[in-house]
Amino acid sequence: MSPNAYLIVSAALFCIGLAGVLIRRNAVVMFMCVELMLNAANLALVTFSKVHSELDGQVAAFFTMVVAAAEVVVGLAIIITIFRSKASLSIDDARRMRH
Amino acid sequence: MFTTLVFWVAAPLALVMAVGTVVARKVVHSAICLCGMMVALGALYATLEAPFLFVAQILVYTGSIVMLFLFTMMLIGIDTQETLVETIRGQRVASGIAIGALLLLLVLAVGNAIAGGFGTLEDDNAHYSGNAQGLAVLIFTKYVFAFEAAAALVLTAALAAMVLAHTERRSPKVRQRESAAARIRRYAESGTSPAPEAGPGVYARANSIAYPALLPDGSIAGGSVSPTLLGRGDAVLNAETLPALVTEAAAEIAGELPVLTTSAQASSAGDPAATTVSVEPAPDDAEGGAR
Repeated sequence: MSPNAYLIVSAALFCIGLAGVLIRRNAVVMFMCVELMLNAANLALVTFSKVHSELDGQVAAFFTMVVAAAEVVVGLAIIITIFRSKASLSIDDARRMRH
Repeated sequence: MFTTLVFWVAAPLALVMAVGTVVARKVVHSAICLCGMMVALGALYATLEAPFLFVAQILVYTGSIVMLFLFTMMLIGIDTQETLVETIRGQRVASGIAIGALLLLLVLAVGNAIAGGFGTLEDDNAHYSGNAQGLAVLIFTKYVFAFEAAAALVLTAALAAMVLAHTERRSPKVRQRESAAARIRRYAESGTSPAPEAGPGVYARANSIAYPALLPDGSIAGGSVSPTLLGRGDAVLNAETLPALVTEAAAEIAGELPVLTTSAQASSAGDPAATTVSVEPAPDDAEGGAR
């Protein structure tokens, strides 16, 4: 397998995740799509790790996982907090900060 | 060779699952698709000589992150509906163009950037007698400050989640005495029955909780099906079709069992609709009222 195949999969996954973030209105689904984009970036990191025969890319992917876990915890807590006050998951309803 | 095979199985699976995450109408389906995508991606890591990340991917992502998503959905209710109204006009078309352009750009850039093939990680992996050991050496020497920062980040995130999700109780806790008094008060004020709501219907062919109970006149007993099931939609039998279905089943049973036929005929001259009248209504049992 050439690295290009892996990188194209990574790019496609990233674009699918981006499409989800742009098109969906449900906060939880948008959040899942952000995870999808993080994973796509991880795949590129691991691929380049093998291309360059260095383990550093895998370490970077590992740190991305750690950051993703922290991000999910805080993001879901925020979503629950918004849901408690708005009783809605739609991001269009969360515009209280604007006024 | 084996690597190629795994790639051609896992990569399309990952892409299909990713598309499923985006297009699934129900949030739970999105989460399950995300789970499958993570596992397929883990398989891809395994083909890239990253066994530690392969295991970590499955443990961290499918094991904890998707579980967190599912827990959140249980907390906020899986029956929340998503509006499909576009709030910004032309947003979908514009984002479609933008995504297509980005994909083209990425693929073309990737196609130009990578000329060579894969190197090998065998030396790196073998140097410290394993992939996990090699990663550990890097994390605790070269990237030790990043590791410490990540530790601080995770700690802060855990505290932040506790602070954000915590709410003080502002009203006194409702106990059995208070709820019983409120039930009787509702009965006095609005006539709502103090008895527990009717359980789901039990029929000859189904005793699923998705089937509503029927009143003696053949109509649906309100509140006999959980609002969550109603909100989810497809799990519940349509309220209009159910009496007809029960009538049909009752007529069929009446045809099979001559004893019932005679009793049905005795009551109302063989009219199948009358058979539903003989369906026992759910009794308001006094024991459940203490709940």
